Amino acid sequence: MASLKELKDRIGSVKSTQKITKAKQMVAAAKLRKAQAAAEAARPYAERLATVMGSIATKVSGDGAPRLLAGTGSDKRHLMVVVNTDKGLCGGLNSNIVKEAKTQARKLIAEGKDVTFFLVGKKGRAPLKREFADAIGDGFDTSDVRNIGYAEAEAIAEKLVGMFEAGSFDVAHLVYPVFKSALAQDPVTQQLIPVPAPEAAEASDAVVEYEPDEEAILTELLPRYVKTQLFGALLEREASEQGASMTAMDNATRNAGELIDKLTIQYNRSRQAAITTELIEIIAGAEAL
Amino acid sequence: MALHFELVTPAKLVRSEEVHMVVVPGAEGEFGVLEGHAPFMSTIRDGAVQVYKTAGGEPESIEVRGGFAEVGDKGLTVLAEHVED
Repeated sequence: MASLKELKDRIGSVKSTQKITKAKQMVAAAKLRKAQAAAEAARPYAERLATVMGSIATKVSGDGAPRLLAGTGSDKRHLMVVVNTDKGLCGGLNSNIVKEAKTQARKLIAEGKDVTFFLVGKKGRAPLKREFADAIGDGFDTSDVRNIGYAEAEAIAEKLVGMFEAGSFDVAHLVYPVFKSALAQDPVTQQLIPVPAPEAAEASDAVVEYEPDEEAILTELLPRYVKTQLFGALLEREASEQGASMTAMDNATRNAGELIDKLTIQYNRSRQAAITTELIEIIAGAEAL
Repeated sequence: MALHFELVTPAKLVRSEEVHMVVVPGAEGEFGVLEGHAPFMSTIRDGAVQVYKTAGGEPESIEVRGGFAEVGDKGLTVLAEHVED
């Protein structure tokens, strides 16, 4: 049985832990609101771009299509772009993302493909390295960026498109968490390069004039589309991180509260027992006289 | 008699309003868009988009960088990567 002093110290330490988790929870809640607003603000651009892509990609097809749309003609070498967070304290979010990436990678390897990883964010590196030590390729560090924005997405996309044009991979997949609610963030995998042919938009009968021409526009549009996809993934990651963090910290705060209650009861019982023993000793002493 | 004009960047929807005319710096030269313009699509070069709220009024200039403009049934949509506020 722990002494009274030990119990008291223990309660104090759990209390200060609870204070920290509570603070982190509130910070995450505030940041979540901001991240959600940012994700929502980015939606119109992505939607419009997808519409335009759809209408133009159906017109330029066959031999004239740029490589970013048509692919290299092979699908041997796959690149997994895995978007993880940079900080921990967000529950199972990162391990879920890594699990999804691993499942996809194993599936591709079983089909006889080569898989390399391109890691965005710090937290995916260690667990992926354990299983695919030789497959960890380049990455992009976002840990010293305070407010993740379009500039980062641009930098990542340029790197990826550069790698694609240099011929270091045939197909790129993007693995990132999709923010559903503070309780649920589901990791998803989607093909990034070659750009999947968008659903054909409703064919409008109006003749659209293009300047310079369809192909030139499409060539300029595709890298932009990749950027937008990455930007969306980064924003989703941001919102997911804060959401997961909020939930995890809420649980931690509640657990700490339960532990404090339990320890307090134990402390009071021990104290009472000590007092009772002391009284018995005094009474026994008095009776002996 | 109004043209629906939207200016969108990845970060936000900058403008969505009814205007008289917009002059867009197209890759192959500036072009003005009024209501009822034929469907048209063009990449844009870095420069100022001039928004004329009313006919004959002073234009409002918005600096944009990188992107393209689309004219459809719904009006003019300019998708720009950066907008100088």
